[in-house]
Amino acid sequence: MDFEDTPEEAAFRAEVRSWIDANAPKHLEDQLKRANFGDMGVTSEDPIQACKSWQKKKAEAGWACLHWPKEYGGGNRTPMERVIWNQEEGIFRSLGGLFTIGQGMCGPTVMAWADEETKRRMLPPLASGEEVWCQLFSEPASGSDLAGLRTRAVKADDGSGDWIVNGQKIWTSGAQNSDWGLLIARTDPDVPKHKGLTMFFLSMKSPGVEVRPIKQANGQSSFNEVYFTDVRIPDSQRLGAVGQGWEVSLTTLMNERLSIGSGMSTGFPQLLSLCMDVEVDGKPAVQDSNVRSKLAQFAVREMGLKYTGMRAITALSKGETPGPENSIGKLVAGATMQDLAMFALDLQGQSGVIWEKDGPHDGRFQAILMRSPATRIEGGSDEILRNIIGERVLGLPGDIRVDKDVAFKDIPTSGRKKAAAAA
Amino acid sequence: MNLDFSDEQKALKEQVRRFLEDRGGVAQMRAVLTSDASYDKDLYKGLAELGVLGAAIPEEFGGVGLSHLDLCVVAEELGRVIAPVPVASSIYLAAEFLLQAGSQAQKEAWLPKLAAGEAIGAFALNEGEGRMGPEKIKASVSGGKLTGTKSPVADGDCADVAIVAARSESGAVSLYVVDLNGPGVERRTLNSIDPSRGQAVLTFSGAPAELLGGEGDGWHIATQVMDRAAILMAYEQLGGADRALEMARDYALERMAFGRPIGSFQAIKHMLADMYVSATLARSNCYYGAWALASGASELPVAAATARVSASQAFQHCAKNNIQVHGGMGFTFEYDCHLFYRRANALALALGSVSTWEDMLVDRMTTGNVAAAA
Repeated sequence: MDFEDTPEEAAFRAEVRSWIDANAPKHLEDQLKRANFGDMGVTSEDPIQACKSWQKKKAEAGWACLHWPKEYGGGNRTPMERVIWNQEEGIFRSLGGLFTIGQGMCGPTVMAWADEETKRRMLPPLASGEEVWCQLFSEPASGSDLAGLRTRAVKADDGSGDWIVNGQKIWTSGAQNSDWGLLIARTDPDVPKHKGLTMFFLSMKSPGVEVRPIKQANGQSSFNEVYFTDVRIPDSQRLGAVGQGWEVSLTTLMNERLSIGSGMSTGFPQLLSLCMDVEVDGKPAVQDSNVRSKLAQFAVREMGLKYTGMRAITALSKGETPGPENSIGKLVAGATMQDLAMFALDLQGQSGVIWEKDGPHDGRFQAILMRSPATRIEGGSDEILRNIIGERVLGLPGDIRVDKDVAFKDIPTSGRKKAAAAA
Repeated sequence: MNLDFSDEQKALKEQVRRFLEDRGGVAQMRAVLTSDASYDKDLYKGLAELGVLGAAIPEEFGGVGLSHLDLCVVAEELGRVIAPVPVASSIYLAAEFLLQAGSQAQKEAWLPKLAAGEAIGAFALNEGEGRMGPEKIKASVSGGKLTGTKSPVADGDCADVAIVAARSESGAVSLYVVDLNGPGVERRTLNSIDPSRGQAVLTFSGAPAELLGGEGDGWHIATQVMDRAAILMAYEQLGGADRALEMARDYALERMAFGRPIGSFQAIKHMLADMYVSATLARSNCYYGAWALASGASELPVAAATARVSASQAFQHCAKNNIQVHGGMGFTFEYDCHLFYRRANALALALGSVSTWEDMLVDRMTTGNVAAAA
């Protein structure tokens, strides 16, 4: 056991380090370091442009989407080299947030399901950051029950082969900044719900697409509603066969959970320094035995996540696939962050109520408190993740599905329940 | 980056697992629990013959001369079957004390016997209720004779030699090697929550005692050795946690209620998922501990406390919910659930309670090693 690089890894790390050192936007470093959860922190210039220009610079030097093939705009590097890049990119990695969904989820889906021509057209600008993607999956009536979605795509009656889309998506991160969207829609309501879905991609500039930002519980607006009114999509922008959308979506979701869960910190180092700073009974909080017990609890969770990540990296370094232990990442991190924030505010006493960027401890725990409820829901709620661990890792049977063999149009829903009962 | 065991270590793990299962697995623990035996002598002899006891003891002292990583994988397997043998007292503690602080003569006198399973060692530290600290040590040595009472002493009922923490003539906490079969030693077996690993009161009245390490270095040495033992014990706890989780999972698949396997109910499924989370965090923290133990890293104290707290909680969590998943059957003496519950709660106290280790973890993170936690 060791934490050392192999000679090849060390050489790669040195190369990466010197390139980043010479090229990173260092004028943004302080702002990025002071960023709070849910906010990139760049205020001195347009944050979207800051993200795009760093991504472009990386792409031009061959450092974008390291693990993708070169012909699609990637670096054709090993998973381990990608890990090293991420470690070395450090604080500047947060400038990649704009592209996380596109490069982490939409890109792999396009790569797995599109034809060669489409891949060569769509992937390079996604890798270089020129085009931003969003994922149009969740709907007001289908979150965890994604396959219950209702947005309809029907064949145009003009013989063009195009699809006409009507419906509504919700919780679409970054839709307002996106050029393209990966859309799952229902093409056949007469078959059971998982079987009547089809995947498309479309230009977010298409006529009939309307993006409305959602004002979130924490006051920010990173999620959106997206409305579709007679939006036309060419059949060439379909991914997978008609009716194969569920299978296609699993590629996306698998990548989503890996990318949200990996390398998450719970805010423990900041909590520890808070405990050295604030006082309990006239002494630093860290000397109080109740505080110490809580701190130790948070520490073992933070470190458990850290070394779980390192075990995954070990597998990558040996050319193996990381095991199922990675499925715990977001589940542990989300709940821990929320508990940790509540504990931090408690230690701040009545000042814990203050949420100002220039206030006590930069308002960072308040930002975690207010953003962490979303972490426990987005990309698979805690409950869905526990189902996944129970069923895929431990091999427990799935829940009994009362809607499994029922045509989608006959499934009771919140709106349809009464009608079904009356009939 | 390599946070994993080698192929040879994984092969050793398999070998030890087969050996323990061939001997009856958990049934060995039940046999000791329900008899007057203080441990399973045949099993202990078998482990010695397999070279497991001496795995991390150098060849010149009768060991096999492998590394502590090898001992970690052995510990995990012993934990999986909650083996009723005094390996922790004799190997993780007594042998480790001798290796870390013993004179050449002391090593030669005891290590070959401990490695061969011909003698059993124990660590006599505690003197009654409450959190252990150096201020609580009253036992004393004068003119080479030890007087005082140690309770509880894990495996004190079967040990041949003890490393005893006591005050020297100057009052400084020091360590002594005491032959428990010699004069001036009385012992009484105590009932405990886990009788498969015996506990005893040792009363010393003028027992010959030989200094181990420097006079006044007792607490310092004990802290170092307990850190090392904590990592090995965390591996036992990890093995126990995994096995308790597997038992619960297997039962949830097989037990039917309301016309379906109970594992299909989310209340049960999510409980099992949470047990998996605890066990996985503990495993990752144990790997960190193993790395620190084998490499002698300066992070060892932080890594030991992290592994210890994490694995104690995981084993307790999995053992108690294993009973819950089993329902009423889990509370019968016939089912094995209580065996794991007993061991989980006993191990959580060995080497000092979980809250003691939590306290030490924070101490160590805030005194100069904050970077390790970040």
